[in-house]
Amino acid sequence: MTIPPVLILGARSDIGRAIAHAYAAGGHPVQLAARGADTLEADRADIALRHGVPVTLHEFDALSTERHADFIDSLPNLPEIAVCAVGLMGRQEDSEQDTANAARVLRSNFEGPASILGVLANRFETRRSGTIIGISSVAGERGRASNYTYGAAKAGFTAFLSGLRNRLTGSGVHVMTVLPGFVATRMTEGLDLPERLTTDPATLARRVLRAAQARRNVIYVTRIWWLVMLIIRNIPEPVFKRLRL
Amino acid sequence: MKLSGWGRYPVLETRLHRPRSVEALRALVLSGTGLIARGNGRAYGDSAIGTAATVAMGQFDRMLAFDAETGQLIAEAGVLLGDIITAFLPRGWFPMVTPGTKFVTLGGAIAADVHGKNHHKEGSFRTCVDWIELMGPDGEVRRCSRQANPVLFDHALGGMGLTGIILRAAIRLRPVGTGWIRQLTIPAANLAQAMEAFEEARNTTYSVAWIDCLATGAARGRSLVMLGEHATPADLPPAKAEAPFHVPPRRKFSVPLDFPLFALNRFTVAAFNALYYHAGARKSAARLVDWDGYFYPLDAVNGWNRIYGRKGFAQFQCVLPLDSSQAGLTALLDAIAAAKSGSFLAVLKRFGTQEGALSFPMEGYTLALDFPVNGRSLALLDRLDSITLDHGGRFYLAKDARMSAATLRASDGRVGEFHALRDADGLSDRFRSAQSERLGL
Repeated sequence: MTIPPVLILGARSDIGRAIAHAYAAGGHPVQLAARGADTLEADRADIALRHGVPVTLHEFDALSTERHADFIDSLPNLPEIAVCAVGLMGRQEDSEQDTANAARVLRSNFEGPASILGVLANRFETRRSGTIIGISSVAGERGRASNYTYGAAKAGFTAFLSGLRNRLTGSGVHVMTVLPGFVATRMTEGLDLPERLTTDPATLARRVLRAAQARRNVIYVTRIWWLVMLIIRNIPEPVFKRLRL
Repeated sequence: MKLSGWGRYPVLETRLHRPRSVEALRALVLSGTGLIARGNGRAYGDSAIGTAATVAMGQFDRMLAFDAETGQLIAEAGVLLGDIITAFLPRGWFPMVTPGTKFVTLGGAIAADVHGKNHHKEGSFRTCVDWIELMGPDGEVRRCSRQANPVLFDHALGGMGLTGIILRAAIRLRPVGTGWIRQLTIPAANLAQAMEAFEEARNTTYSVAWIDCLATGAARGRSLVMLGEHATPADLPPAKAEAPFHVPPRRKFSVPLDFPLFALNRFTVAAFNALYYHAGARKSAARLVDWDGYFYPLDAVNGWNRIYGRKGFAQFQCVLPLDSSQAGLTALLDAIAAAKSGSFLAVLKRFGTQEGALSFPMEGYTLALDFPVNGRSLALLDRLDSITLDHGGRFYLAKDARMSAATLRASDGRVGEFHALRDADGLSDRFRSAQSERLGL
């Protein structure tokens, strides 16, 4: 049996790159998709060399939603597994002051990912097989003053994945939602993250793979975040609104 | 932020940058502050800490090309030796030269021009380096090799990152038939016997000795000399020969907390040494050891550097020229035994000839020790420095954390020329570490 290809959307991100390595280590051919894909040549060579699998680069802009169908058509073959690691954190203050900035955060974390995964879902449904993995965030579980624009977009993405999973159950297509807590990546560089709550991209990637093989629906990556979010979700709003988390 | 080397001494304040692209790196170099590149932080002292700024190279960790005809690998400087082994040992390739940990970066291995157990036969890491790409003080990237920019190449290998930032390198790997080493342990009752064993093993690929620094009198310098050769598939029992590159995964140990200092004193070290010597002497017949256990015994203990407690430890490694080795080693061992300051890890090794503008090895014997940082140890280290100087020896900068500039100058006539090149090429202001400032490099 040939090992099916994996498409990584947002392959420049640390999480996307780590998941690409993890799948390649298992012998999967990898399709790396990102804006300015040709600048990922070093990553392409690295993944191919370390794991001895074919790796291809594909130009992809999550915000050019009108071209998403063409993008899928341009792939050498329809992947069996698609991972969406597209995301943009931005600075909350900028999103508050600048509507264009806020729109970019909302579109990058919600509209773009929902668009491309929607197109892929239809193709997978027709083929009657495939796995869609969406990297959302615990920030979407409850809006907080420090990053609610990003959180709102991730909440939308989480709801989208949930609905997609509901729709595709029984079609042979599986949808998994990943809700990472803190991950030490370029996105969080310079933030003062608590060590016990922070994972690294390679660990996250291994857990995502294992969970996808087990066809899990929603994962928190580390157990402690399940507990943290259980508490955060259950704090009564009159109390929550006064907290500075 | 606070940063230290693997010895956790000294701990210094620096600004740590993590550039992700050559452009970002160039902007840092051109910003004008003095800085030093840092790999995986396995130099023991302050070699990879900048007093103003430190540039973490960990994001430059991609392997770019491999030629299976020649064994040449092109990779970015932040790739770990361990990653190279993971990727290439299953295909029958192993690093030509490796230090005692696989958690060093390619850039770090080149900058320190590290050596391994095969130095007497195959030289230091530079042996396997075909070329490097170096970012200079002008932000330009230059390829340096034995043909192109040979002077810069010679100074960069062993130049401790003070000649520019190593971005990429081409190194040659060694073809191997298995992931196993045939090891032979020779017990040596004293220093003379140990040196004799090394001289007889000149043609063996790998040799190293663990030496008991607390043994005195007739047993002074008692050692276990360990010889090794890469095993061929024919050397393996049938069960192993089926998958010659597969070795059983090792159990990982962690040092969970900083060891209390009293746990490591001359009594525990002396007891350990005696036990280890006699256990080793019993197992002296040839046996098969997997590559990980053979080359990287300490890598199995996560955070072994914490065993010396919160204050950290200082490494000492010198090399003595061949003709003064026996006298010098005897004096060093006497000083250590007299100070009753047992080194948990003491390693003796025969070096072969060496080239290089600042590379550490020279033909002779090298002794490596480590001591918990305290007033008594630091005083002993000063004693060891002067004994080394008296015998014409020199010091390994990747291990040093506390030597004086005067000691370095007295030990190594090449320092003046290295300093002059740095000044002439405008490197002195741009590339500097806490160590280079302390030593006037």
